[in-house]
This record gives sequence, C-alpha cells and structure tokens, in this order.
Amino acid sequence: MVWWWAIIVILGTVFGVLAVAALSTMLERRLLGFFQDRPGPNRVGPFGLLQVAADAIKMLFKQDWIPPFADKPVFFIAPIIGFLAVLISFAMIPITPSWSVAGHLNVGLLWVFGMMGLHVYSVVLGGWSSNNKFALLGAMRATAQMISYEVFMGLSLLGVVMTAGSFALSDIVEAQKHVWFVIPQCLGAVVFFIAGIAETHRLPFDLPEGENELGAGYHTEYSSMKFGMFFLAEYAGMALIASLVTALYLGGWSGPILPPVVWFVVKAFLLLCFFILLRTALPRPRYDQLMAFGWKVLLPLSLLNTLVTGAVLLLRAGA
Amino acid sequence: MSISLLLYGLVAICATAMVITRTAAVHALLYMVVALLALACVFDTLGAPFAALLEVIVYAGAIMVLFVFVVMMLNIGSPAEQREKSWLSGGIWVVPSLLALGLLVTLLIGLRSGAVPAIVQGAAPIGPREVGLALYGPYILTVELSSFLLLAGLVSAFHIGRRIGGAGIAPLHPDGVHVGVNEHRGVDR
Repeated sequence: MVWWWAIIVILGTVFGVLAVAALSTMLERRLLGFFQDRPGPNRVGPFGLLQVAADAIKMLFKQDWIPPFADKPVFFIAPIIGFLAVLISFAMIPITPSWSVAGHLNVGLLWVFGMMGLHVYSVVLGGWSSNNKFALLGAMRATAQMISYEVFMGLSLLGVVMTAGSFALSDIVEAQKHVWFVIPQCLGAVVFFIAGIAETHRLPFDLPEGENELGAGYHTEYSSMKFGMFFLAEYAGMALIASLVTALYLGGWSGPILPPVVWFVVKAFLLLCFFILLRTALPRPRYDQLMAFGWKVLLPLSLLNTLVTGAVLLLRAGA
Repeated sequence: MSISLLLYGLVAICATAMVITRTAAVHALLYMVVALLALACVFDTLGAPFAALLEVIVYAGAIMVLFVFVVMMLNIGSPAEQREKSWLSGGIWVVPSLLALGLLVTLLIGLRSGAVPAIVQGAAPIGPREVGLALYGPYILTVELSSFLLLAGLVSAFHIGRRIGGAGIAPLHPDGVHVGVNEHRGVDR
C-alpha cells in the first residue's frame, strides 16, 4: 500500500464510522417509527435528516457536568476507552479488497476480540467512577454479560476460522468464494449474532442500562459529549457487529454485477435494520435468564458447532 | 524497531511502578492494565503477534476485568486508602529495594556475560499457525496437563458456588445481592 493511499483509507474509515454511527441513530428512530406505525422524526430538514445535526449540536452545547462525588480521572477516560476500542476494531474490517486498514493482518480476528475485551473497561469504569448505586449495578451486569458472551462469541467463530484456515478477515472473505459461511456454519452464525447483540448491549439484552430499574445504568451520571461518546460507541459497535457478520458469514464484498463496496454496504445495512427490528420486536429478558441462556444454551451449541466442523474437516482431509 | 521496543519497555516499567505506589485499588489495577498492554506491544515488536494478542485478550481483557469487578463489589473506601498510605511510608521501602537491587545486579551481570541470547533482529514474526503447530506437536503434553488443571479449577469453582440446601449460607444472587434462602427458592436460575 502506498503511504498516501493508506492515509486516505485510515481517515476515510474513521470518518466513515463516525458518520455511520451518527446516521444510524437517525435510521433507528425512523425505522422504529415505521415499525410502530408512527412518523418518527420528520420535522428537521428533508425526511428529518437534519435531526442528526440538531442532536449533535444539542449534545455538544449541553453542560458537561462531572459529579463532585465521582472519581474524576477515571470518569473522564471511561467513555474515551470505549469509543477508541470500537473505532480501532474497524481497522480489521475488509470493506473491499483494496479498502481496509489492516484486513490482511494474520491475527485480525484476535485483534477484534482484544479490543472487545478492552471495551468492557469503559462500562465498568464508567459505572464505578460515577459512585452511584444505579451506575454500579449497571456496570456489574454489563461486566458479567459482556465477559460471558465474549466466550460464546469466540467459540462460535472457531468453525469459520477452521474452515478458512486463517485469522485474517480478508482471507476469510476470500474463502467464501463458492459458498457463504452462513450455510455450513449456520449454528455458529446464529450464536455469533446473538452474542454480538449482547456484546453491544442492545435491546433485548440492554440490561446494563435497563431504564425501568436502573435509571440509565452505567452512564446515569454522564452528560454532554461524554455521554455522546458512550452513545456513539454503542451505535458504532452495532455497525461493527453488522460488518463482522457480513465479512465472516455473508461473503463480505462478494456478489454479482454491482461493485464490491455496494455489496458490503448493502449487507451490513440490512443487518443494522435487523438489529433495530429486534429492538422493537423482542421484550427484555430477566438478568438471570440472560446468563442462564448464555451458559446453558449458547455455550453447548457453540461447542457442538466446533466439534462437528472439526470432524467434517478431518473426514474431508482424510478422504 | 529497537527505539519502539525501549519505549514500550519504559511504559511498562513506569506503569508497574505506579501499580505499586497507588493507594486506590482501582487506579493500581488500571496501571497494571497499561503495563500488560505495554508488554503486549513488546511481544509484538519482538515478532510474536499471537502471544501479544493473547496477552491483551486473556490478561488485559479478562483477568484484569475480573479483578476490577471484585474490587468494585468490595467497595473499598477512603479508610482503606488511608491505611495503604500509612503502609507505603517510611522504612518499609528499604528491604524490598535492596532485594530488587540484587536482582538487577544479577540481571546486568548475566546480560554482560552473554548468558541471555541476544534479540534476533529481523526474524520472521511467528504467526498463529506456527504457534498452533508447536502447541499441538512437541508441546502436546503441556497443553493436556494445563487443560486438566483448568478442568480441576472449574470443578472446584462449581463446588464452591453450588446451592446449599436447607439452612446455611444464602447463595449469591447473580446481581450480587444476598437473598434469603427461602426467598430464593422460587427463582429459576
């Protein structure tokens, strides 16, 4: 890669992710309106598109309040950690063969998992440093939930890694030339998607911020742009899971006639819409149900997936 | 390459020093996370990206989160911090410093005499494939033994965490709230 192209790709990815995160807040509200048979935001600009700008201005000009009882340095860095962890993960996503910051890195998938592990800190530290009972309870739930679901997420991916024979996301996309992994790895794909929802703590797994019982959970005390960072990190995380599912299971950029970037964007966009549909369609489970579902259903399923994939690969290699 | 290595090493040492001297437990743990991340960078610079990422995932991303989680639940307040502060003052530094100095001298003598192999510059990085082949080839016994150890740990954790029937200590609810035994019986876990 020439250096100027590398810089263009890096800047493009960063600003692209920011734009997608901001616009998906708008998309979510419009789609929620559509699913619930009401207009949604439609007053500011054409189709209410300028609502994003209005929200951003509101967010930036609100008072940035740090509670006097908070642990100030930790309170300050918590949202930054979360936002950066999501943003850095996008470096590994191969959008097209030529447009990816580090899609060829031979430990790319592990890198994404490392960043997800660090993402937990933003929630934990945000909740702890707020020195507020609701925030602390939200942070505890989030930690347990994210650490547990990270396990199933990793295990469900082993089938893909075994079949493709690589941790590099661009190699995994290349390995799906003939058949998308969603067909042979359907079990893994479902587990990965569910774990992805839990990992971004989106509805129906948004117990860390369940508003009816915890106020707003771990970000109860946050305001202004610090809250905005948590907010953007959540939507960017949603886009990250959608892009990961696209690259890992839906063939990434591959598809007939249309250019690769269009295929990638279309697939990821449909997945984002599905995320939002799930939010409207499903009720929130109880916390212990969530943990039991993870450890008693998803863990055996992902282990079974790994076992069967391994057996099939061995038999095929022997034949 | 060696400049970045030195830089990462320096970050690791400074962060470790901060781990020892911080009185607030969470701050100390955060510096430890920084030290682990710096160590991961060192591994990567030395040509072991797989080991580096495992360091991030396992140590920084899982074990340290659990440490922070526990400290969070214990809710250590300012009295404990004051006590820590009193522990960290005065002559308490002398003996550990002398011992560490002894270690440093030994290390320097070892480095001077060439007992430690020099870093191979420009060697090919060892990717996940090589590590996997080595683990399940010559080191298969170690892998199996460590899996026994983990299984034993899992079984004992399960034993400690099991529900105690009848009178006894009430089990810890998933939310970390103690509930009475009778109250808890109806809850489907």
